[in-house]
Amino acid sequence: MADLATLKKLTSQIRRDIVRMVHACQSGHPGGSLGCTEFFVALYFEIMKHDKDFNMDGKGEDLFFLSNGHISPVWYSTLARAGYFDTKELATFRKLNTRLQGHPATHEHLPGIRVASGSLGQGLSVAIGAARTKKLNSDNRLVFVLMGDGEQQEGQVWEAAMYAAHNKIDNLIATIDYNGQQIDGPVDEVLSLLDLKAKWKAFGWEVIECNGNDLEEVTKALKHAKSLTGKGKPVMNLMRTEMGCGVDFMVGTHKWHGIAPNDEQLADALGQLEETVGDY
Amino acid sequence: MTKYTFTDKKDTRSGFGDGLLELGRKNSNVVGLCADLTGSLKMGDFQKEFPSRFFQMGIAEANMMGVAAGMTIGGMIPFTGTFANFSTGRVYDQIRQSIAYSGKNVKICASHAGLTLGEDGATHQILEDVGMMKMLPGMTVIVPCDYNQTKAATIALGDHIGPAYLRFGRPGWPVFIAPNRPFEIGKADKMIEGKDVTIFANGHMVWQAIEAEAILAEKGISVELINLHTIKPLDVDAIIKSVSKTGCAVTCEEHQMNGGLGDSVAQTLSRFHPAPVEMVAVNDSFGESGKPTDLLKKYGLAPENIVSAVERVISRK
Repeated sequence: MADLATLKKLTSQIRRDIVRMVHACQSGHPGGSLGCTEFFVALYFEIMKHDKDFNMDGKGEDLFFLSNGHISPVWYSTLARAGYFDTKELATFRKLNTRLQGHPATHEHLPGIRVASGSLGQGLSVAIGAARTKKLNSDNRLVFVLMGDGEQQEGQVWEAAMYAAHNKIDNLIATIDYNGQQIDGPVDEVLSLLDLKAKWKAFGWEVIECNGNDLEEVTKALKHAKSLTGKGKPVMNLMRTEMGCGVDFMVGTHKWHGIAPNDEQLADALGQLEETVGDY
Repeated sequence: MTKYTFTDKKDTRSGFGDGLLELGRKNSNVVGLCADLTGSLKMGDFQKEFPSRFFQMGIAEANMMGVAAGMTIGGMIPFTGTFANFSTGRVYDQIRQSIAYSGKNVKICASHAGLTLGEDGATHQILEDVGMMKMLPGMTVIVPCDYNQTKAATIALGDHIGPAYLRFGRPGWPVFIAPNRPFEIGKADKMIEGKDVTIFANGHMVWQAIEAEAILAEKGISVELINLHTIKPLDVDAIIKSVSKTGCAVTCEEHQMNGGLGDSVAQTLSRFHPAPVEMVAVNDSFGESGKPTDLLKKYGLAPENIVSAVERVISRK
């Protein structure tokens, strides 16, 4: 396992990748991607046992599913930086004939992706299914899934929530990117989630909370979540983040949910993000 | 005299249930998921024999489709069970993204399809499901015709890799396919050889076509009957070969005219071998409550409707 300083450097590089990828094709979702960078680094470089020589079945590995597929830039960059594919391929994001589709897909066989996502609300169900199969296969590794907070407005999430608790799916750790923003504005203005923690608790989940933009804290939280598995309850990690974290003009607003920076804005953003491991 | 007879009537959904049980004994990766309709889908025997491989999903079909997709990761072969309406229209987006686009090996098994659901009425009588499912890239679509063929199709799906939709029904229906008759996904089954017209039928309508053939034979019309149980992938060669001989076609299905078997046959013929086609199907209408045979009559799916369609299409040759 890498030390904290090395991982922090990686977060800066991944943030550079994100803004460069979105800028290069002038489309994509930088806000949520930037907000979840620490989570992805913690997951892939500290928490999960996983194999960059990708195998769809992932037996004996921890699995990750991204339900809020629009934050694909942070996932693609993380996978490339973890060795799943060449970082040069990040330059093809959202371009014709790419394996790096706008939203994650298995169709083009990009290593690391196990199901398509983007139409919101579906990832938790898929993760539950994968967790079920792990139990049937006596595979004691874990299944992780990330959802958005706006995504909690989808009914399927609550079907899945009910199912996982009733069936004691306790090899599953879900995280919600709780940044309070969605495409039309603050979540509280669009369709309030009210007390999200109480909701998940009431649905029978073990709920923990953390600051998702503090690498040390999110790593600790995920380790804590792991310690809560195997006890008859699915685990929910409510992760407070800031949309756009790391780029000052993108922080704290829904405006950068789904738009790309222009040349000047890119230069401004890159000026705030140190190149550490090396640009692709 | 029909060339096929029956002594027994059985529901096609029981063919699914019995097929799943047999498949479960052969393949330990086969799992069953059901959304609170275990009795209706005849999945109870599978549940009883393989309790650890049966999953009660509750009335939550969207979650069921997602869980099924996820269960394939690691090698399970999920068979989902609910009514055809809730197997397709209700969960189209889940099937599209998590199953079809993701290329997952999920078998979507759908009962109570079509008008023959009967008294429950139009809310449950889906007539659009085949169209929805065949439009999805890579989705296999099968509509077997009786108990034995539904059982054979269910078992065949165990060895088939990729997403598939299996459609069957509720009422007792003539069992006329021999239990040992070969069944191959994607291969049309020529049931009666003839020369004046080809009837392409699937599902419950194959029996209707058999009855129609007997009437037509008495009128001196020689019918070739092809059971097109697999709508996708379509046996294009069998369609062209038969119509090259007969010169015209009638399609029969318990489905909307838009989007079903007739559409697929007509598209094939218009592209590769233009010929007159008549379609026996529901014409842009919802169903209603009633007895299955009364409904088939009212909506134009009775043997006499097939006879008329054959006479019309022959006159257009």
